[in-house]
Amino acid sequence: MFERLSVMLMKEFLELKRDRWAMFRLIVPLLIQLLVFGYAATFTVHHVATAVLDLDQSQASRSLISHIVATSRFDVVDVAKTDRQITRDINDGSATIAIVIHAGFARELANGQGAPLQVIIDGTNSNTALIALGYLGQIVAQYSAREASAVTLAPGLAGGPPRGLRLETQPWFNAGLDDRWFFIPGVIGTLTLMQVVSLTAFAIVREREVGTLEQIMVSPIRPVEFILGKTLPFFLIGLGDITLISIVGILWFHVPFLGNPLIMLLGASLFLLATLGMGLLLSTFSRTQQQAFALNFFFVNPFFILSGFAFPIAAMPKALQWFTLINPLRYFLVVIRAIFLKGVGLRALWPDLLAMALLALIMLTISVRRFHKSLD
Amino acid sequence: MSSASEFAVHTEGLTRSFGSTLAVRQADMAIARGEIFGLVGPDGAGKTTIMRMLAGILPPDTGTISVDGVDVIGDAEGAKRHLSYMPQRFGLYEDLTVTENIFFYGELFGITRQKRLARSRELLTAAGLTPFQDRLAGQLSGGMKQKLGLVCALIHTPRILLLDEPTTGVDPVSRRDFWAILYNLRESGVTILLSTAYMDEAERCSRLALLHAGEIRYCDTPERLKQAMPGALLAVTSQDPRALRQWIAGQAGVLGVLLMGDRIHVRVDDAARRVPELKALLARQGINDAVIVPAEPGIEDVFVALIGARTAP
Repeated sequence: MFERLSVMLMKEFLELKRDRWAMFRLIVPLLIQLLVFGYAATFTVHHVATAVLDLDQSQASRSLISHIVATSRFDVVDVAKTDRQITRDINDGSATIAIVIHAGFARELANGQGAPLQVIIDGTNSNTALIALGYLGQIVAQYSAREASAVTLAPGLAGGPPRGLRLETQPWFNAGLDDRWFFIPGVIGTLTLMQVVSLTAFAIVREREVGTLEQIMVSPIRPVEFILGKTLPFFLIGLGDITLISIVGILWFHVPFLGNPLIMLLGASLFLLATLGMGLLLSTFSRTQQQAFALNFFFVNPFFILSGFAFPIAAMPKALQWFTLINPLRYFLVVIRAIFLKGVGLRALWPDLLAMALLALIMLTISVRRFHKSLD
Repeated sequence: MSSASEFAVHTEGLTRSFGSTLAVRQADMAIARGEIFGLVGPDGAGKTTIMRMLAGILPPDTGTISVDGVDVIGDAEGAKRHLSYMPQRFGLYEDLTVTENIFFYGELFGITRQKRLARSRELLTAAGLTPFQDRLAGQLSGGMKQKLGLVCALIHTPRILLLDEPTTGVDPVSRRDFWAILYNLRESGVTILLSTAYMDEAERCSRLALLHAGEIRYCDTPERLKQAMPGALLAVTSQDPRALRQWIAGQAGVLGVLLMGDRIHVRVDDAARRVPELKALLARQGINDAVIVPAEPGIEDVFVALIGARTAP
């Protein structure tokens, strides 16, 4: 058994060594994608193009506008004179958001009766719109809190600060709510999934296409030996990938790594086994590299979207939530984020680790069973 | 299957279809040890399907297969130790050298290092590949690749060798080397089953099965197949063999006409009667240089005569 396995491994590594571009193909795209994700994947919104229509022209209205602009979240691109101008700005896309301050704003504010502020927002990019709206809400709330205290203090009334609820937020594990801290660990899992699944699926289908698989089938090699020989190298490559991009994430993007590296290794290994199983399974359904490509495309993207990488699983329809249960990336993202940012250990992570182990076991067993040594 | 085990390869009622296409129908074969047995037929006749079933990598729908006394259907893995199968395109790893490919296939069959080295030296010499040992398989010529495939297939000293169109696309020199190796193997008691579309190669086999549309239509030695050919064969030469064929085809007593390069082969029901008739006919058409002599039929003539010109390989 070990002779045949070791000769399979020797062959795989020789082929890899002879392929001059292999290392380049394995590493460079990963690093580039990590950098792209690291810099581009962010929910933070800056410099939203803003149109302003100030019909009040009071000190209060100007003060509010300068408050909004001061955050650098919003750039005033147009100071409009009419409603029509605002509509045009939003329609032609020169402004994403428009703030309309109606006449009487300052008076109503001073009366303490509450002054309405109209915000028009371009909802075509609902994500940006919501985020910008959130910022605006915060800024306006701050502004109104200050004004309110000014109003209440002005008449010299006793009674101290205004009563009411005040929300004190204190995010744990990512005090600055830095998007990058959230994304980089996710990127590590996602890129590894994409690379390992396609590498595995293609490697076996290639042997089928070139005809070496037919040759191997007539030898006494057992399916397990063949599959181990084909997948162990990718397991090692996957571990190398995860290590490399983790290091880049930690050193370059300063994402903290609080957990135990050994638990990370365990999680990564289970994740890789499940991922390899997936690639193998795809390869048993493909006769040609085109078919493998199509299947890969069909599965990997949904696995990415339904992983919780960017879109919360809890917000998905029930049926899709069920589907995420067979997605190894879903569990690995929990594990890798927790290890990077929370530093928790096995006690917290065992359900996800167990799920990945089960998935790996199931997928590998099915692929070994499906891989009979026959051309049927 | 005591009777089956006397043979190197024995099949009964071997049948296999792919979807609605019947690829092989009721193939019965009994190949004795030490034979070079040829499967001859046009593309799509079922040669590769038979080979794959014998090699144990394609299960038949019905029928029995015994290779070297081992039931291939029941114990495919057991049979694999006795046989070697070389598909039309042998699966070489192009990024590995000649030696590394041999090493890989040797190890898969669990050959000891010593045996492997001795055997590969011997096989490489016979194949004329010794000077190319360290060359990448991907950089070999087509003929050398095929010979390397044969070396890899023979590294575990199989008792039965299945070769699927082994010399297709191989240059004449490599083909000669190839056949020299095959003859040597037969001397050492290896049974060889090969499929071929080359008629000159078919002549070299001890027995032939003529395959058509998935059925073995005739199976005998090349000599007896030739004797079984109905009618007599005439070779007709002239300046313009195409014109000859036009005039001769369809004449009374003419069973078939086959263009063979600079001459045509005409199969007639009765040579003594038809030769003067044909001479007279050609003379009437103004062809005076035609020479008509009796000819020895080749396998191609036999194949066409027995199975029909439309399906000739």
